Amino acid sequence: MSAVPSTARRQFGDVPVVAADGLTKVYKVRRGVFAPPAELHAVDGVSFRLAAGRTLAVVGESGCGKSTLARMVTLIEQPTTGSLKLVGHEVSQAKGSELAPLRRHVQIVFQDPYGSLNPRRKVGAILEEPLVINSKMRSGERRAAARAMMARVGLRPEHYERYPHMFSGGQRQRIAIARALMLHPNIVVLDEPVSALDVSIQAQVLNLLMDLQEEFDLAYLFISHGLSVVRHIADEVMVMYLGRTVEQGPKQAIFTAPRHPYTRALLAATPFVDPRLRAQRVTLRGELPSPLDPPSGCAFHTRCPFADRRCQAERPALRSLAGGLVACHHAEAVLGEEAPRQ
Amino acid sequence: MALLEMAKLSVDFPTARGTLKAVDGVGFSVEEGDILGIVGESGSGKSVAMLALMGLVAYPGIVKADRLLFGGRDLLTLSARERRRIAGKDVAMIFQEPMTSLNPCFTIGYQIMETLRIHEGGTRSARRERAIALLEQVGIPAPAGRLSAFPHQLSGGMNQRVMIAIAIACNPRLLIADEPTTALDVTIQAQILELLMSLQRERGMALILITHDMGVVAETAERVIVMYAGQVVEEASVKELFAAPRHPYTAALLAALPERSRGERRLPTISGLVPGLGDRPSGCLFNPRCAYADARCRSEEPLLEASAGRSVRCHYPLSGAPQGSAP
Repeated sequence: MSAVPSTARRQFGDVPVVAADGLTKVYKVRRGVFAPPAELHAVDGVSFRLAAGRTLAVVGESGCGKSTLARMVTLIEQPTTGSLKLVGHEVSQAKGSELAPLRRHVQIVFQDPYGSLNPRRKVGAILEEPLVINSKMRSGERRAAARAMMARVGLRPEHYERYPHMFSGGQRQRIAIARALMLHPNIVVLDEPVSALDVSIQAQVLNLLMDLQEEFDLAYLFISHGLSVVRHIADEVMVMYLGRTVEQGPKQAIFTAPRHPYTRALLAATPFVDPRLRAQRVTLRGELPSPLDPPSGCAFHTRCPFADRRCQAERPALRSLAGGLVACHHAEAVLGEEAPRQ
Repeated sequence: MALLEMAKLSVDFPTARGTLKAVDGVGFSVEEGDILGIVGESGSGKSVAMLALMGLVAYPGIVKADRLLFGGRDLLTLSARERRRIAGKDVAMIFQEPMTSLNPCFTIGYQIMETLRIHEGGTRSARRERAIALLEQVGIPAPAGRLSAFPHQLSGGMNQRVMIAIAIACNPRLLIADEPTTALDVTIQAQILELLMSLQRERGMALILITHDMGVVAETAERVIVMYAGQVVEEASVKELFAAPRHPYTAALLAALPERSRGERRLPTISGLVPGLGDRPSGCLFNPRCAYADARCRSEEPLLEASAGRSVRCHYPLSGAPQGSAP
């Protein structure tokens, strides 16, 4: 493997590095000895394209399927149906041996930097492990590659010999990012990478992620339940609810003119950092329904202020409206309403 | 007279490598019906200060204070038994993780009624009625049926509502909420904050809200205290603090928020780390990370000085020229 990072855009031209079509993951959940297993649609018919150097943010509450989506893109889970193409290769029904060479193209950074690093290995060993598995580099070369990456993410050379417990949360997240980049992947899945960090550290890590994206032309799949960070880092946003996409489009459209009531509710629920604009909140009533027994029709109708009889009976399809995609019968009405605080 | 008066509260933890000053001379007062926000990063001592107020700092922590008055009574001279009568009744606290602060082995009904039994007595059936009424107040649907539910059968948001029900069971005059929404989704966070604010309004109780989320403070508090490395570095009304922070740390914290980046792609950051056990600097505790620090900051510790209704601990407080609001 060459030491020069592969420039994905040069390699793949305008072909998206991730292309998902109707991606679905169904889990069978056992409910007892005699009851038939229930089907849980963790992700249901999700489609998107992600190009090199771009960031797609996936937003939703816990249980909306965003982590299952991340597991499919990182080849940890196989999709039940649908098509998933990574760097031009169809992977949805591929076998283990076919997947192995593709795995180096996609890496993941987890939310909790305290749980995602092996406490018994030194930083150097953690960073070199991907190379041991995936390359034929000699130990000297591996060490040089690890040290170069450490310098790149802002870790000092002496950190090579230290254990994860000797680092703060922000530095651990730097180690996790360095590990993800050791194989020069094209796609990095960021699963809430800054939500466990303090504000000042969060800014450092976000800056680092943006620098690395520019330098290595990385495609980011950014998973988040908060919107303020997404607004800063994303190019496109996909809002999920109970396994389905409810709204998808460029960041600007999502934030300034949300077309789905759920997106509006998420925006309204996000605390706003200006006490002068403190407003009456439009809070969403109730909680996420059980994905084992999703509501009929539009899954959001139980919590939606716009819901009527049609929403209970008929599931809205994802359709194009005002520069983005939305799954709502009343999207035009939602769009016409005054947008929540911006 | 203030409901809570605290002066020079400090909490020390002796360790093998020297004394850890978790809280270092913190003082403030809370009036009846106030909403006070305490912000700070992890390790700033905001939670430990409140645990000290509740009398919950465990061995080997050492709590000292010049003054610690609640409702005119000196908490420092009370016996442990008298103090327990106040904690949980007149001062109540809810914690960050509802899942781990409730006892998994008992039903939520039992846990609510336990608080009532200890502090108010009464008959079993009266306590049961009261528990149902409390669950209804905190917005739990079908409350009578939920009394026999265990914490693992409820969601995080529901468990936090149960925690709030326990906390308000004995009509506290002061409720301390320690990161009450950090573990929850944003839509549930908004619901819980709204619940806390409406309970505060209805009952006129004082509320201390500890958080690291500037957005939560901006949405809820009236006054804000900013803590850094165990000290109060700034205190101001929420509007003044966000419009014109005077301490360089507060200004840097606000500038680091993506919401306030005003279209800039790179976020301003604070270099370095919060000082720990071994590397407490001399002079101003923030000087190694401060853009404005000079020789005086490195040798002489600034005092928390009050002027015009706000106070700041800095030799060179920022002029207070209004900063732009969020984009």
